[in-house]
Amino acid sequence: MSHKSPAELRSEAAEILKDLQGLEKIRNRDRLAIPQQEMPSQDPVARGHNMYEVTYGYFEEQARVEAERCLQCRNAPCVQGCPVRIDIPRFIKHIAEGDYDASLAVIRETSLLPSICGRVCPQENQCQEYCTLGKSLKDVFKSVSIGRLERFVADWGAGITGLPEEKLREENPLPPSARESIDASGASPLEGAVRRSIPEVKPATGRKVAVIGSGPASITVAADVRREGHEVTIFEAFHKPGGVMVYGIPEFRLPKKIVEDELHTLEEMGVEIRTNFLVGQTRKLKQLLEEDGYHAVFIGTGAGLPRFMHIDGENLVGVFSANEFLTRSNLMKAYDRNRADTPIFIPRRVAVLGGGNVAMDAARTAIRIGAEKVFVIYRRSRVEMPARAEEVDHCEEEGAEFMLLKNPTRILGNEDQHVVGIEVLDYELGEPDDSGRRRPVPIPGSESIIDLDTVIVSIGNDSNPLITRTTPELDASKWGNILTDEHGRTSMPNVFAGGDIVLGAATVILAMGEGRKAAAAINRMLAGEPDPETEPAEDRSAAAEE
Amino acid sequence: MHRIIQKEQLSEQVYMMRVDAPLIAQARQPGQFIILQVDTNFGERIPLTISDASAEEGWIRIIFQSVGGTTIKLSQLEEGDEVAAVLGPLGHPTHIENFGHAVCVGGGIGVAPMYPIAKALKEAGNRLTVIIGARSRELVILEADMRAIADELIVVTDDGSYGRKALVTEPLKELCESEDRPDIAVAIGPPIMMKFCAETTRPYNVHTVVSLNTIMVDGTGMCGGCRVTVGGETKFVCVDGPEFDGHKVDFDNMMKRLQSYKTQEDKARHLCKMDKVADELIEKGQS
Repeated sequence: MSHKSPAELRSEAAEILKDLQGLEKIRNRDRLAIPQQEMPSQDPVARGHNMYEVTYGYFEEQARVEAERCLQCRNAPCVQGCPVRIDIPRFIKHIAEGDYDASLAVIRETSLLPSICGRVCPQENQCQEYCTLGKSLKDVFKSVSIGRLERFVADWGAGITGLPEEKLREENPLPPSARESIDASGASPLEGAVRRSIPEVKPATGRKVAVIGSGPASITVAADVRREGHEVTIFEAFHKPGGVMVYGIPEFRLPKKIVEDELHTLEEMGVEIRTNFLVGQTRKLKQLLEEDGYHAVFIGTGAGLPRFMHIDGENLVGVFSANEFLTRSNLMKAYDRNRADTPIFIPRRVAVLGGGNVAMDAARTAIRIGAEKVFVIYRRSRVEMPARAEEVDHCEEEGAEFMLLKNPTRILGNEDQHVVGIEVLDYELGEPDDSGRRRPVPIPGSESIIDLDTVIVSIGNDSNPLITRTTPELDASKWGNILTDEHGRTSMPNVFAGGDIVLGAATVILAMGEGRKAAAAINRMLAGEPDPETEPAEDRSAAAEE
Repeated sequence: MHRIIQKEQLSEQVYMMRVDAPLIAQARQPGQFIILQVDTNFGERIPLTISDASAEEGWIRIIFQSVGGTTIKLSQLEEGDEVAAVLGPLGHPTHIENFGHAVCVGGGIGVAPMYPIAKALKEAGNRLTVIIGARSRELVILEADMRAIADELIVVTDDGSYGRKALVTEPLKELCESEDRPDIAVAIGPPIMMKFCAETTRPYNVHTVVSLNTIMVDGTGMCGGCRVTVGGETKFVCVDGPEFDGHKVDFDNMMKRLQSYKTQEDKARHLCKMDKVADELIEKGQS
């Protein structure tokens, strides 16, 4: 895939827009013929040496053109694919009309974090999967770029995409030393956040709500509950809030400035954020309710216990969980080797095991901190990779080598217990399994060895045991996920949960959707309103166990 | 948030601090640890065991050796200064009950985390023997505190400059062989010392608890950097430990893993020392 410069993309879009504006009426046939607008991005070679965001976001001209591709289907199948049911055709129509304020207002009716979701949602498995245009063109990747449009209006609303000149900074490729110029707050050179609006907060109710964790589910709950006038305290174990968006997702995919702005908005709404506070250890959940005066608690602690493969050699020096590798780089800023105290193992030849977004993030981080050779080992084929298609493409463009249909059988070490290689077994695709994906079947005797010094295990996370272990009143599944009803109520009175701690490892948007439901239930409870139906949570948790 | 209310230098590299941390002081139990940061922007998160606390007065005591980038910076803080971040208490508390005769073996700085455990064992009714080991006389710490709670206190030094000239394993072995065989042993110190304590008690079937201090980032189960092999299974020191059955820990693997970042840490330590030297030179120049 050849890389088009942002300037080229912009002038192409301007031409198309002029043509479209010359038409008396844009018919569906015309819309089908409009080329999908490519996301402007940093040059693949240059970006392999810096931590700046890879994609720049659409130019206004591109957004206008892309919005004209939408067929404005009356039945809006895309909306069914959106976990929070954003009225997609309506927000896109406003973009086509150039009314970005109105567009953003439509998104904000249901979504709290559009600048984040526009960047990290797996749109091809959500809204864009159902897009009529994509179906007509027989390619889901040719659907209307709903996510890019969402990001466009969100960034526009935050003042991030103000000046087109800024987007052209790739005309001056960043030198390899660019990482040193990232300022002390760790923020990228993104401008913006000048037009953040602070949601209105109702008069104080005297009710207090504790929110445990500060990831997407918790941020949503905090905002929705605070708006009703309740006091909200967020408890975060790390020294910085933001959860997976701060420790997990790298700067080059989600600039920390965007997450910081969202958290800052919460603080301006009067939400208190207490870092370095581990509920379950610093205070028990029960103490929050019984001694500290909280009327409700929301648990949004995420999926924070890395899974390993349980193969030989997994505890050798040079084997890391993706969580550890990414946390060192992102949260602890270890990529900034001149200033960060936290060390990071600089891989020479590294294998990342797994095919999800986290695996792509780890592989691309390894490239950026100087790995000579990065392999991504995945036991199915490329189409089955759970990562967003864009991240998979970006990862490959940046030079990672995909070793598909291979699965590690053991990690080899030397006498110093340092990694020297990995043994992999070849697989072929067999019959579809429960998930509908073709099951990988090992080919006996096909073992081969790859020389390596580093292995990053990225095969998912289990739920963190700390809260459930210290709160026996909470019912959990045998995998440690907290059991809730559809309103996010747990088996413990006044305690709600949502996000990955309930769902298992999922996505930002799903966590946000869960948070919205739980917040609504908390608000109803604090207002003394009955729930739509009053079936006790215990019944359903018992059913879910079976 | 976390003001240093007392600082004392116990030996050339060993410092004691009492730090304001009311919630941790209230919640902590023997055997638990904290994660500490000197600077929350670029600083490292390091685990340190709590060596004493007062729930009433709201402080915890930490004792550390200034050997790495962060501990050197911590040692340069003074009374009244703030520690940027303290998270805890973390890990499982020590299992305390009246076993009968309990032997607590502390090596070097490991005497500090041993103190609350020994105290709790004593309070639970155990007869308490404490073995303190150090390279030399000036590195012996908390001798008076231990003497106040122990039924018997044995001090050994590598060079014989104080107490008996021996390694901690020697009196431990003698105890195992005596009529007065311990019902439980707890060993905390450098990994190599814990390994040999476990080897010493193994033939006598004396249950031996060790407290591991591995590499950690978050301390809450999220990174897995602290994983160790115990009885053939992978365990996380932060959420499964920090204490394990010493007879089952793969110490050799753990010691190798502790060296993962050695080159980079050596560099950090060098830079820290250079900073200190530079500061001193500047100060001299000004006076």
